[in-house]
Amino acid sequence: MKRKKRISTVILYIVLIFLAVIMIYPFVWSVTASFKTNQQIYGGNPLDLIPKPFTINNYKRVLELLPFGRFLLNSMFLATVVPAISIILASMAAYAFARLEFKGRDFIFMLLLGVMMLPGHVTLIPRYALMIKLGWVNRYIALIIPAIFSASLVFKIFFMRQHFLSIPRELEEAALIDGCSQWGVWWNIMMPNSRPALAALAIIGFKTEWNSFLWPNVVINDFMKMPIQVGLTYLQSNAQSSWDILMAGTTIAIVPVILIFICFQQYFMAGSLTSGMGGR
Amino acid sequence: MGKQADSGLATTSGSPKPSNKRRAALRRELTAWSFVLPSLIGLGIFVYGSLVYSLYVSFTSWDLLTPPKWVGLANYARTFKDPNFIQCMGNTLYFVVAIVPLGIILAMAMAIALNKERPGFKFFRGAYYMPSITSTVAIGMVWLWIFNPDQGVLNTILQFLGVANPPRWLESVKWAKPALSIMRIWQVSGYYMIMYLTGLQNIPKDLYEAAEIDGATKWQQIKSITIPLLANTTVFATIMLTIEAFNLFEAIYVMTEGRPGGTTNTILYYIYTQAFERYRMGYASAMAWILFAILFVVTILQFNARRKKEEIGY
Repeated sequence: MKRKKRISTVILYIVLIFLAVIMIYPFVWSVTASFKTNQQIYGGNPLDLIPKPFTINNYKRVLELLPFGRFLLNSMFLATVVPAISIILASMAAYAFARLEFKGRDFIFMLLLGVMMLPGHVTLIPRYALMIKLGWVNRYIALIIPAIFSASLVFKIFFMRQHFLSIPRELEEAALIDGCSQWGVWWNIMMPNSRPALAALAIIGFKTEWNSFLWPNVVINDFMKMPIQVGLTYLQSNAQSSWDILMAGTTIAIVPVILIFICFQQYFMAGSLTSGMGGR
Repeated sequence: MGKQADSGLATTSGSPKPSNKRRAALRRELTAWSFVLPSLIGLGIFVYGSLVYSLYVSFTSWDLLTPPKWVGLANYARTFKDPNFIQCMGNTLYFVVAIVPLGIILAMAMAIALNKERPGFKFFRGAYYMPSITSTVAIGMVWLWIFNPDQGVLNTILQFLGVANPPRWLESVKWAKPALSIMRIWQVSGYYMIMYLTGLQNIPKDLYEAAEIDGATKWQQIKSITIPLLANTTVFATIMLTIEAFNLFEAIYVMTEGRPGGTTNTILYYIYTQAFERYRMGYASAMAWILFAILFVVTILQFNARRKKEEIGY
C-alpha cells in the first residue's frame, strides 16, 4: 500500500514536471534565443538553449530598427495611468453603489452589470468613428480615455462594491458622527481598508494594458506614441526572417509582465479569480 | 427652484423641519451622484452610446469618408451569401469546439493535481499560470518559431521520435487550425486552473473522508465528488472560455493572417480586415452584431443547461 502510494507520487511529479517544461519552454527559448546569433538559431539544435557565442547584438539591432525605448516608455506610462484613473473612478462609483442612496441606484447598477461581459469588438467601430470625430486619432488621449471607459470599468465597480460591502459599517458611522463628509469617508476609511483589493486590480490592470493590442493598433500609427505590442508587430514585418532580432523584441515585450508576476504572484491570482467569477 | 418647492412644502405642513430634511436629502442625493457621474458619463458615451451607434451603423453602408447611407438589412443579408464569412464561421466554430473542452479538461486536471500543499506545488501553479498573463502578440511570435516546419522545436522532436514527415503546421491547410488550437490551449488553461483551484477550496473535506471510509478509490472520489461539485465553476469557465475562443484574433494577426487559403480566418479577424483594411464599416458592424448575438445565445443556453441539471439534483 505504502509502496503503491510512493510510486503514484513519483508518477505525479514526472507528469507535473513534464507539463511545467512545456509551459515554460517558450519563455526560456525566447530569452535564450535573443542572445544567440541567427546562425545558431537556424543551423543548430532548437533544444540547445545555451547561446554560443553569447551576444547582445540583437538588442542593439532592435533599438536601431525601431524606437523600442520609446515603445517601452509609452507602455509603462499607459499601464500605470490607465489602471490608476479607472481604479479611482471605479471605487468612487462602487462606494455610492455600496453605501449611498440615490434615485434609480439599483436600476443603474443592473444596467451596468448588463455590459460587464460585453465583448469589446461590438464597440470597436463606433469608438474609432468617435476618435475621428473628436480628432483623437494618433494621440495619447485615444489610448487613455476609451481604455478607461470600457466593460472592464464595470467589472472594477462590481469588484470594489463587493469589497466595500464586506467592510463593517461601524468604522464609517463613527467618522460620519464626527462630521466627516462622504468624500472623507471614502478616501480616509474605505480606500485604506481596501489595499489588497486595489493592489489586485492595479496589477491585473497593468497586465491588461501592457498586453493590449487591438485598440492601440487601430488608433495609433505614429511610432512616438506606439505601445510595445503594436511596435512589436512592426518589428515582425521589418525583421522578416531574422529570428534573433525578433526574439530580442519579443523578450522585451514579455519580460516586464513576467517580473511583475513573480513579485506579486498572490495578487495576480486573487485578481483573476474574482475577474473570473465576476462574469455573473 | 429648489427653494420654491421647499417653501411650498413648509407652508402645508406648518413647520420648517421637513424643508430642512428635504434639503438634507437633496444634498445626500447630489453627493451620491457626484460619486457615480464620472463613470456613468464616460460609460454612457464610450460603451452605451457606442453600442447604439454600432447598431445604427450595421444598417448602413459607410466607408468613414462619405456620410453613412441607410441600406436596411442588406448587410445582414449579405453575410449569408458571403463565402468568406461562412468559412470564417466554420473556422471559428472549429476553434471553439477544439479549445473549450480540451482547455477545460486540462485546467480541471491541473487544479485537482495541484490542490494540495506539497513541495514544489507553488512553483507548478505559477508555471502553469504564466502563459495566460503574457501577451498573445509576443508569445505568438515564439510559437511561430516552435511550429516552423523545418527548424522548429516541435518538428525536431517529432523527427527525433521517428516521425518521417511531420506536419507543416501553420503552412498546411490540414494542420494550421490544430496548431493554433494547441497554442491557445497552452496559453489559457492556467487561468482556468486558478478558477478551479478556488472551486476546489469550497468542497468540504469530510466528504472525502466519508468516501475513504466507504472504500472509494481516488478515481471514484474524483468522479463522484470532485467533478459534480465543481459544476458551477465548470459553467463559468466554459462560458468564459467559449467567449474567448469565439474572439480569437491576436494569434491570427501575428501567426497566420488567416492563411493558408483562409483556413484560419476567424470572424473577429474578418471583421477587423473588412473594417480597417477595406473600410466597410456597415458590413463589419453587422458581422460584429451577429457574433455578439451568437455569444449571447450560447451563454444563455449554457446557463439553462446548468439550471436543468440542478433541477434533477445533479
